[in-house]
Amino acid sequence: MTAKIELKGVKKRFGPKVVLDGVDLRIEPGSSLVIIGGSGTGKSVTLKSVLGLIRPDEGTITVDGEDVTHLTGSARDRVMRKFGMLFQGGALFDSLAVWENVAFGLIQGRGMARGKARDIAIEKLAKVGLSEDVAFLSPAELSGGMQKRVGLARAIAADPDIIFFDEPTTGLDPIMADIINELIVSTVKDVGATTLSITHDMASARKISDRIAMLYGGKIIWQGPTDQIDHSGNPYVEQFIHGRAEGPIKMAVKA
Amino acid sequence: MNIFAAIGRAAMALLAAIGRLAIFTGRALAAVVSPPVYGRLFLQQVLRIGYFSLPVVGLTAFFTGGVLALQIYMGGNRYGAEAIVPQIVVLGITRELGPVIAGLMVAGRVAAAIAAEIGTMKVTEQIDALTTLATNPIKYLVVPRLLAAIVTMPILTAVGDSIGVFGGYIVATENLGFTSSTYLKNTVDFATNQDIGSGLIKAAVFGFIIALMGCYNGFHSRGGAQGVGAATTSAVVSSCILILAADFVLTAVLFHS
Repeated sequence: MTAKIELKGVKKRFGPKVVLDGVDLRIEPGSSLVIIGGSGTGKSVTLKSVLGLIRPDEGTITVDGEDVTHLTGSARDRVMRKFGMLFQGGALFDSLAVWENVAFGLIQGRGMARGKARDIAIEKLAKVGLSEDVAFLSPAELSGGMQKRVGLARAIAADPDIIFFDEPTTGLDPIMADIINELIVSTVKDVGATTLSITHDMASARKISDRIAMLYGGKIIWQGPTDQIDHSGNPYVEQFIHGRAEGPIKMAVKA
Repeated sequence: MNIFAAIGRAAMALLAAIGRLAIFTGRALAAVVSPPVYGRLFLQQVLRIGYFSLPVVGLTAFFTGGVLALQIYMGGNRYGAEAIVPQIVVLGITRELGPVIAGLMVAGRVAAAIAAEIGTMKVTEQIDALTTLATNPIKYLVVPRLLAAIVTMPILTAVGDSIGVFGGYIVATENLGFTSSTYLKNTVDFATNQDIGSGLIKAAVFGFIIALMGCYNGFHSRGGAQGVGAATTSAVVSSCILILAADFVLTAVLFHS
């Protein structure tokens, strides 16, 4: 079976700093993969490489068997229509109302009529537990948790095949984090999408994934089913999931 | 510290910046001529860049015309050539000061606003979000601003020209003893279409510079509030410098023949 997303030997450096040093990753259709790893290990760069926001120096990235590594322009737009993305800070457009944010991909990306797109936006907002009144507010009037929900509604608005989550629970209190996790699981099941998430929140990772991969030193050093994470036998993974200061991972305190 | 290394690094950085700007300009121009066209956003920008700039452009043009009349009168007085005030005012305003003053005022207002808005969108990942929503950020953000600035700057300048000439007229008739009819007749008889047209062409070029500098600096801003602040500053400074440089080049080209 063709992988939904496949990365082969992806390398990326910024100046002298090697961030990705040959990442190999395969995501099967319908599965939910979470990449864990410390801050600055290249999780975001991996995600952005797949989205074409960062161009890798070497290696190939395929989506549904199509090489997308160097796609630009309208070919890139076509591939992007398969994707939905929840950004870490929400990245909501503050010049637009909440419903326009949710409907953005439908109106601008797919040319849908505004009235119809608004109905879909309100329906998607309901799915993430937000009422119709919220639809006409501006994003600046919402709390952090609500902004995350709007971001999630925007990510699923066009029923994408693939959804990316960038640190979905960062900056939320534990209860709101769990609510967002629940929402992610239920909406993803609903849409039937393949997902790729990055996080360093282990509670979130366990909840929203069926596979986990760990990124360290620019490479995937371990991957396996989520229920195997406690029996990985990998000292790096052990140290990370238990959050120990002592272990093989040396954090660079100075940048 | 090796002095050659320092000079080399500075030269490389300058060339890299010129290259980045050239690539950005190329991408923006390519996006202008390819669909889709965001008409709604274009009109919104016409309102923000053009209409809301009318008060500043009008006010500055009025005072510029007034001070020009005073200075020419005093200067001309030394040769007994005071009567030439209306001719020089209309020439100076339409060919030079109208477009340049409008350009500098709009640069301060609009280039800064564009750079701050796009810069904030950049650092809060809103520009990345546009891409993931299958929308080309250059087309969505840059093209409407570029077109709106190119279209509205000549209109603003035409309005500014009229108000500037009017400023000169008020000063000349109220303070300097010109009669209304002589002043207006001399103004209308003297100004040619080329004087006015060349100023409007300059204005369109200034509009392009202002929007391009605002967008470019916004897109290339980095690192939070400080980065956005720096982008805003350099958008205003670079567009002002480029306006004055372009003014020189355009004057040399337009009045060569």
